Amino acid sequence: MADMFACAESRSGSFRKVAFEAVTAARHAADASGGGKVTVLAIGPPGLSAKAAELGRFGADRVIVVEHAGLARYSPEVFAATAAVQLQPGSFRVGFFSASAEGRDLAPRVAAVLGVGLASDITAFEISGDAVLARHPVYVGKAVATLRLTGTPALVSLRPGAIAPVEQARTPQVEVAAPALDPAAARVVVTELAQRAAARMDLGEAPVVVSGGRGLKSAENFKLVEDLASAFGNAAVGATRAVTDDGWRPSSDQIGQTGRLVSPALYVAVGISGAIQHLAGMRTAKVIVAINRDKDAPIFKVADYGIVGDLFEIVPPLIEAVKRARAEQQ
Amino acid sequence: MKIAVCIKRVPDTEMRFAIASDGKSLDPAGLKFDISDFDGYAVEVALRLNEQHGPGEVVVVALGPDALQETLRKALSMGVDRGVHLQADPVPFDGLAIAGALAAELKGQGFDLILFGRVATDTGNGTVGPMAAQLMDLPCVTAIAKLDIAAGNGTAQRELEGATETVGFPLPAVLTIDEGIARPRLPSLKGIMAAKKKPIESRPAQLGPVHLTVEKLEFPPERAAGRIVGEGPEAVAELIRLLHEEAKVL
Ligand SMILES: Cc1cc2nc3c(=O)[nH]c(=O)nc-3n(C[C@H](O)[C@H](O)[C@H](O)COP(=O)(O)OP(=O)(O)OC[C@H]3O[C@@H](n4cnc5c(N)ncnc54)[C@H](O)[C@@H]3O)c2cc1C
Ligand SMILES: Nc1ncnc2c1ncn2[C@@H]1O[C@H](COP(=O)(O)O)[C@@H](O)[C@H]1O
Repeated sequence: MADMFACAESRSGSFRKVAFEAVTAARHAADASGGGKVTVLAIGPPGLSAKAAELGRFGADRVIVVEHAGLARYSPEVFAATAAVQLQPGSFRVGFFSASAEGRDLAPRVAAVLGVGLASDITAFEISGDAVLARHPVYVGKAVATLRLTGTPALVSLRPGAIAPVEQARTPQVEVAAPALDPAAARVVVTELAQRAAARMDLGEAPVVVSGGRGLKSAENFKLVEDLASAFGNAAVGATRAVTDDGWRPSSDQIGQTGRLVSPALYVAVGISGAIQHLAGMRTAKVIVAINRDKDAPIFKVADYGIVGDLFEIVPPLIEAVKRARAEQQ
Repeated sequence: MKIAVCIKRVPDTEMRFAIASDGKSLDPAGLKFDISDFDGYAVEVALRLNEQHGPGEVVVVALGPDALQETLRKALSMGVDRGVHLQADPVPFDGLAIAGALAAELKGQGFDLILFGRVATDTGNGTVGPMAAQLMDLPCVTAIAKLDIAAGNGTAQRELEGATETVGFPLPAVLTIDEGIARPRLPSLKGIMAAKKKPIESRPAQLGPVHLTVEKLEFPPERAAGRIVGEGPEAVAELIRLLHEEAKVL
């Protein structure tokens, strides 16, 4: 029987999906150990404690809420100090974080404060005796390592989307705690959080990603990619580096070795050659569709379904066909 | 400004590679090595900062086997002033062990900025920078895509899922560099000649304790060979059918 800890990420006072993934993983680990308790830490602005029940839905036994008016935005130093205090060595077997932009910043700091090991960006795990065995993609996704992590607490950060949230409702005991560092004393301060147009899902979370390459020819033509994504409904828009370099799309849209790594259920590559650095970011997608006029383009080697031809002729009827197919299912 | 950049020598895995017979490392045969992608960007950021803000010093630090002196030399040929080699062979996978050695080397040396890559292309960990910052008790901003420095303070931007964060921090500080900030320059012939005379110090690394090791390394399952559904707009109907009935993603 072993107790688990999870850190629940929120933004602007609401829990993110990755928070439920972390709680699900902690619940699973506690149950697999013969029924330990799951403690979840939630840090944010006043009002967060009212949402603690959402964490109970995924199996939290106990929720520690640290609310403070100075914590409306992420504060790396306050969050790290607070998580380290709550995650005192001796109480928990494993501490689960998210390998999201925030969690990738937070978890290493906490590991360094506590002087414990961290397996970062893992896709699966298992507790085996005095070790945690974790799967982690290495060499930009070209190989997968099984890592052995020893010591307690062992910290891991979970790749977003790798562990699906599973509901196992409990009524958690909610406690309120103070931040371990006064937010006003933090040296590093997030002064602004600019949400991008929320019309689209995030690349890392969307079940469908539609990406465009240089074959689109101009920024204006990206409307075709946007429209195809809208037709799918649950899609995000990505791009190659050729496209972000030319400024047709922001660099945050870049997928590949030096951009985002995505594993959606469906990846649609429009006018993308399939350079090795691009494949590194999307080859773990479940299903890949490619549209390219060059039948020898490398993207067709990884595409489950390819259409050879001019994207400007193919994408417009595809948009209509996807809309029809989705309308029929409703 | 006095700026340190931690650079890692990593195998170039854009080429084909094989897993060694121990089942947990790369087969060294035919491997080529280079500076990890984001560390190249970090070197460029350091060089540009000093070009903009007047004279200073840029030092590169790398932990690993003797062969990485070649990697340090490449950074020197880009315009870096000197190199430090911390000897460790093999290099542990554990970020905290590496961060311990880098922090011991860099702490209290009067650096205004200490730069890291956002993530190394071999480990995919992205942990050494913020861990080293914590061990040195320095302010730290990770994965920055934009940077301004003025009057002893910095402002950086980092990309989150669906949002951009603007972060303020005082110097000295630790930053980890994301792409998009500066494409690394190529060494000039003059730079390559000058690099031959620049100093590289070498000493044993004081690694921290190791909690994380590689037990097994394998290739992900191969994707099944691709299939061309058809040519031109006529193929759209068949694609929709396959996505719906076979792949069940629509
Ligand atoms: C260190 C390093 C890191 C890199 N990191 C990344 C990364 O993270 N992500 C990334 O994407 N790239 C990255 N690259 C760049 C990568 O090597 C390629 O240059 C890039 O992916 C190519 O983008 P593309 O497919 O849009 O363009 P291209 O290679 O130019 O391909 C355009 C494709 O469009 C097709 N096309 C043209 N017109 C039409 C039409 N009318 N209809 C249908 N098809 C058409 C063409 O046949 C062609 O295949 C990196 C490179 C380096 C050196
Ligand atoms: N052996 C090393 N020598 C020098 N710098 C390193 C080393 N390992 C990691 N780093 C730095 O830490 C960053 C992140 O590495 P990692 O945490 O392994 O992804 C790298 O981009 C480098 O800047």
